[in-house]
Amino acid sequence: MIRLAPFFGILVFLAAWEVLVHLFKVPAYLMPPPTKVFGTFVQEFPKLLFHGWITTYEMLLGYLLAVVIAVPLAIGITSSNRFDRFITPQLLFFQVVPKVAIAPLFLVWFGVGTTPKVLVAFLISFFPIVIDAAVGLRSMSSEMNDLARSMGATRWQLFARFRLPTSLPYLFSGLKVAATLAVAGAVVGEFVGADKGLGYLLLVTNSNMETALMFATIVALTIIGLVFFYIVEFLEAFLIPWHVTHRVREGAGTM
Amino acid sequence: MADDTYIRLDNVGKVYPSKAGPVEACGEVNLAIRRSEFIAIVGPSGCGKTTILKMVAGLQPYTSGTITVDGRRVDGPHTDLGIVFQDAILLDWRNILDNVMLQVDIRGLDRAAYEPVARHLLASTGLAGFEKHRPFELSGGMRQRASICRALVHDPPLLLMDEPFGALDALTREQIAMDIQRVWMEKRKTALFITHSIPEAVLLADRVVVMSPRPGRIVEILDIDLPRPRRLDRVPERFNEYTGRIREIFRATGVLAMD
Repeated sequence: MIRLAPFFGILVFLAAWEVLVHLFKVPAYLMPPPTKVFGTFVQEFPKLLFHGWITTYEMLLGYLLAVVIAVPLAIGITSSNRFDRFITPQLLFFQVVPKVAIAPLFLVWFGVGTTPKVLVAFLISFFPIVIDAAVGLRSMSSEMNDLARSMGATRWQLFARFRLPTSLPYLFSGLKVAATLAVAGAVVGEFVGADKGLGYLLLVTNSNMETALMFATIVALTIIGLVFFYIVEFLEAFLIPWHVTHRVREGAGTM
Repeated sequence: MADDTYIRLDNVGKVYPSKAGPVEACGEVNLAIRRSEFIAIVGPSGCGKTTILKMVAGLQPYTSGTITVDGRRVDGPHTDLGIVFQDAILLDWRNILDNVMLQVDIRGLDRAAYEPVARHLLASTGLAGFEKHRPFELSGGMRQRASICRALVHDPPLLLMDEPFGALDALTREQIAMDIQRVWMEKRKTALFITHSIPEAVLLADRVVVMSPRPGRIVEILDIDLPRPRRLDRVPERFNEYTGRIREIFRATGVLAMD
């Protein structure tokens, strides 16, 4: 019952949308009713699938690149104060520069191919991963550090057996935030210049006034974002079950 | 060495820097702990008693004097020991048995040889049947028992305990104190026990070291001449004399207010 509550809310919203559009006779090029959006979605599914795959591919590549670079960087930042002081202000500087503003530059450098989209997705998902991974890697208590040293743990053991597992819940919160941002990154990349992808499809349908297909494209983007988010969350539950259940326990509240 | 001194603190002091200038945690600490002796250090918060434990373990450097353990000067972490901290610090991602076995894994000891030891220790502290449980499924007292097992599984000659009951309720404290006494009577390890509880110090220790407030100094060392096993529910008259004497010292040093 409670699990179905959000779907119920969405259904009410869609029904109201449908009724209002018909009631006020809103022209379809301004606001198509949900039934028409759904019809278009089904009808144009092969097209959405083709462009959707392109966007997914760019997003995944950018995201994976971000993970592969951000995690070792966070390890570096937390292992060396000098490296931290050297790199962190620059990270912040690059984060503050709006990615949307850099995107056209990537187009100039790399053309209309996949590269600029991957790079924008990478840039957008990179920062939350570095920050949360670094917070996580610093979160180990000094007592746990003492415990490890009293056992004669080597530097590697201290990292692999204590520090890294302790950081995983934090890392995953960064990975989840980044997962929701990566789609937006790929679409921004496509807006600037592309001949395929859902961002490209949005621009085309916009200029052709194909509003129903535009809505269907937005639906497709939302689905991609949601599915990706839940994949990351599933990975989290799989890799750190101890932490997910931990939260349940805190809700129950013993001692 | 002629005597059977296992740990020797020779005029040990610790000063650490802070923004308001150097702060002396403790100083002029002279203490010789014999092999198989149970020593309790009791004192108010901030008297440097935890600092002493960490310096003995080599986890914190001392700034003056000398500490030797088993004849060797301590100048870094030494690992021939087991430590129980105030919090159990069990790893959430390991079950209870594997948390005890962490000691064995990190030291690269033979898992097969030590697993029966770990299981036996868990059973002897009332944790039989909880081997596969996750730490968060256990109560605070059970977690602390598991951490005691972890400190003992590799059979170290020295057991360090840093306010191990600090985070527990009164009833659990008493039970675990009895567990510790029983284990100690079996194994006769040298034990250094840090506490702010006067009765627990008298209950467990051969000698109680009483510390003054910061900067921590040893005010007095009391020999506790009571037969074992000792119990808290039937304390002899002399037990109360000891605790009374320690309270007196705390009043004299301003730790306890005069009535």
